[in-house]
Amino acid sequence: MTPFTQHTGIVATLNRSNVDTDQIIPKQFLKSIKRTGYGPNAFFDWRYGADGSPDPDFELNHPRFKGRSILVARNNFGCGSSREHAVWALAQDGYAVIIAPWKAAGGTRLPAYADIFRSNAMKNGLLLIELAEEEVNVIFALVERYEGLEATVDLPEQKIIFLAPEHVIYGFDIEASDKAQLIGGLDDIDLTLQYESEIGRFEQQHDPFLSPPE
Amino acid sequence: MGHTLFEKIWSRHVVHELPDGSVLLYIDRHLVHEVTSPQAFEGMRLSGRNIRRPELTFSTMDHNVATTEDRLDIKDPISKAQVDALEENCNDFGVSLFGLGDPHQGIVHVIGPEMGITLPGLTIVCGDSHTSTHGAFGALAFGIGTSEVEHVLVTQTLKQHEPGTYKVEFTGRLSPHVFSKDMVLKLIGTIGTAGGAGHVFEYCGEAVRSLSMEARMSMCNMSIEGGARAGMIAPDDTTIQYITGIDRPYAPTGAALDRAIAYWRSLPTDEDAEFDRTISIDAASLVPQVTWGTNPGMVIDIDQPVPGPDAGGIYSRTDVENALEYIGLTPGTRMTDVPVDVVFIGSCTNSRIEDLRQAAAVMEGRKKADHVELLVVPGSDQVRRQAEAEGLDRIFKAAGGEWRYAGCSMCLGMNPDQLRPQQRCASTSNRNFEGRQGKGGRTHLVSPEMAAAAAVAGKFVDIRKWLDR
Repeated sequence: MTPFTQHTGIVATLNRSNVDTDQIIPKQFLKSIKRTGYGPNAFFDWRYGADGSPDPDFELNHPRFKGRSILVARNNFGCGSSREHAVWALAQDGYAVIIAPWKAAGGTRLPAYADIFRSNAMKNGLLLIELAEEEVNVIFALVERYEGLEATVDLPEQKIIFLAPEHVIYGFDIEASDKAQLIGGLDDIDLTLQYESEIGRFEQQHDPFLSPPE
Repeated sequence: MGHTLFEKIWSRHVVHELPDGSVLLYIDRHLVHEVTSPQAFEGMRLSGRNIRRPELTFSTMDHNVATTEDRLDIKDPISKAQVDALEENCNDFGVSLFGLGDPHQGIVHVIGPEMGITLPGLTIVCGDSHTSTHGAFGALAFGIGTSEVEHVLVTQTLKQHEPGTYKVEFTGRLSPHVFSKDMVLKLIGTIGTAGGAGHVFEYCGEAVRSLSMEARMSMCNMSIEGGARAGMIAPDDTTIQYITGIDRPYAPTGAALDRAIAYWRSLPTDEDAEFDRTISIDAASLVPQVTWGTNPGMVIDIDQPVPGPDAGGIYSRTDVENALEYIGLTPGTRMTDVPVDVVFIGSCTNSRIEDLRQAAAVMEGRKKADHVELLVVPGSDQVRRQAEAEGLDRIFKAAGGEWRYAGCSMCLGMNPDQLRPQQRCASTSNRNFEGRQGKGGRTHLVSPEMAAAAAVAGKFVDIRKWLDR
C-alpha cells in the first residue's frame, strides 16, 4: 500500500446522501477477477448517458472538476453492498480523499461512512475524512464560489486546508492505528502474522462447535 | 452486570487485544462466493501465502449464475471466467465448493444454515453484506470486503473494533399478513439506512420469539440495510429444532451436539445486561410495508400515500426529490394505485421454503395479470427440491410464472435476470437502490405475500383487504 502523508488536489462535490456502492460501481463491473480497471466505470449509471458519452448533467462531469482528487459528498457515503470494487473504482478514478459529514439524529451521531466501506477504504489507502455538517456546508459553498478550488490534506497534522482566499482550515479525527497504518503504508496481513503464535494457541483451546468451557 | 448475546460471543473469540484497543477476532466459518473472492485468492498467490483453515471455508456460486434450465452452459465469457476462477481457487487451496449442478448449490446465505455450517455462538464472515442473515441463529455474522476475505483466508482472524450494541424490541404479536420483512422494513424506515451504523442489532420481544427460523433470517438479513454491522437473535427451542430436526451434514451430533446445546442455551442476553442503544416497536400495530423510494428506509405502510419533499422526517428535500424522479411517482399517490410490470420472488431475503409457501398460498387457483412477468427463484437447489415435492412449483407455473433454478437472480442484476429501464418491480429482495435490479429499473420491496398478490392484481394491493374482498 502506498504511504499517505500529504495530498493536494482539486475538490469536487457530489450533493447526495446515502450514496450506495451499487452507484459507485454498478454490478456489471463486478464480474472482473482483477483488482484494476474500475476507474472509468466509477458512478457509471450517473456518469454516462445512454449513448455512452459523459452526461453533462452529472455534477462530477462538470469541466470545473477536471483533474479532481478530493471528493466531498453527504452523509452515509458507501452504504449497501460490501463490494471493495467501490473503493478500487474511486481510487483508480483518481480520488485520494473523501470528505463527508457525520449527522446528528435522535441524540446520536450517525457516522459519515458505512462500516464496511470504511474498512475497505483503509485497506486501500483511501483517506476518509469525517467533518461536521456545518463544515461540509461551508466546503460546498467554497467549491461553488471558487472554480478549481484546491485543498491540502495533512494526515500527520490531521487537518485540511482549503486554498481559497479565506484559507479555511478544518481539523479532523482519525483512529491512531488507522493513521499509523496509512502513513506507514502497512499491510494488514503482515501486521496480523506477527501474532501467528497467539492464533495457534487460541486454536488449541477453541472448540469448532463451541461447547461450554469444561 | 450481565452480558449481551453479542458480548458473550465476542469475548469468546478474542485472540489478542491490540495496543490500539482493537482486537484480533477469531473467525469460525468463512463463506466464499465467486464475485468478491478472486482478487483475494490472487493476493495469496502473489504474496506466496497459504490458506490457514481450508476446512472452515465453504464456497458456492450464486451471484452471476443464470437460473434457467441451460444455466450450466454459461454464455457470458466474463461470468464464466469468474465461475471458473472460483473452481480453480477452491481446487488449488482445498476449499469445499458447492458449485453449479451440485445438489447443495444455492445462495450462500441460504445454504449455510441449510447444511448446518451456520450455528449459534459462531463467528461467521463472507465477502457479502447480507452475511448478517446468519445472525438469526445467534451467531455473530457480518459482511467483509475482499482485502478482509484474504486476511481471513490467511490468518482465520480479522482485526476489529468492538461495535456497540443496539436492542431492537418488537412488542406484541403480529397481525395476519404481516411478516418479519415488514418488521425490519419498519425499523429501517424509522431509524434510516445509517441508523444502526457502528452497532450490532439484537432483535427481541414477543413478536421475534414467535418467528420461524426462515422469518428470523429475513429479518437479520436486512440488518445491513439499517446500517448495522450485524443483527442477531438469541437461540431458543425454535433454533435448536431447526438445526437438529433434519440431517444437516455440518452440524454436530451425539455428545458434541449435547455440549453444543448446553453452550447455545447459555448465550441469550442476561436480564441485567445493558445495551448502548434501544428502540421498541409495537409489532401488533404493524401493517404491510412497501418502499416508495431508492433506499430501504424510504418505506411506508401500504395504506399511506407516497410522501412529498416537504414531508420532513429522516430524508432531506433533495433526497426525496431525487428518489421520486428516479422511481417515477408523484407525492400523494396511493401505492395501491400503482401498477407493476415484474414480480420477483427470491433473493437471500425471501427465497426459503416458508417464503415460497406464503407466495404459493396467495397464488393457488389464481393467475398472474397478463401484463406482469413473474419470476420465482428458490434460494437453493434443496429449497427447489422441497418446493417441488410440495407441489409449489405447479402452483407458480399454473399462475403463469416462471419457476427457476437457485441463484441471486434479479436481486442484483449481475446475471441474465434483470429489469429493463423504467420497468416497475414488486420484489421480495433487499435493496431498492437505483439500477440495482437493472439499469433504470424501479424496485419496490415487499413481503412474499404482497409480491404474489401484486402479480395477480397487476398492481400493488393491501393484502389484508385484497384477500378478504
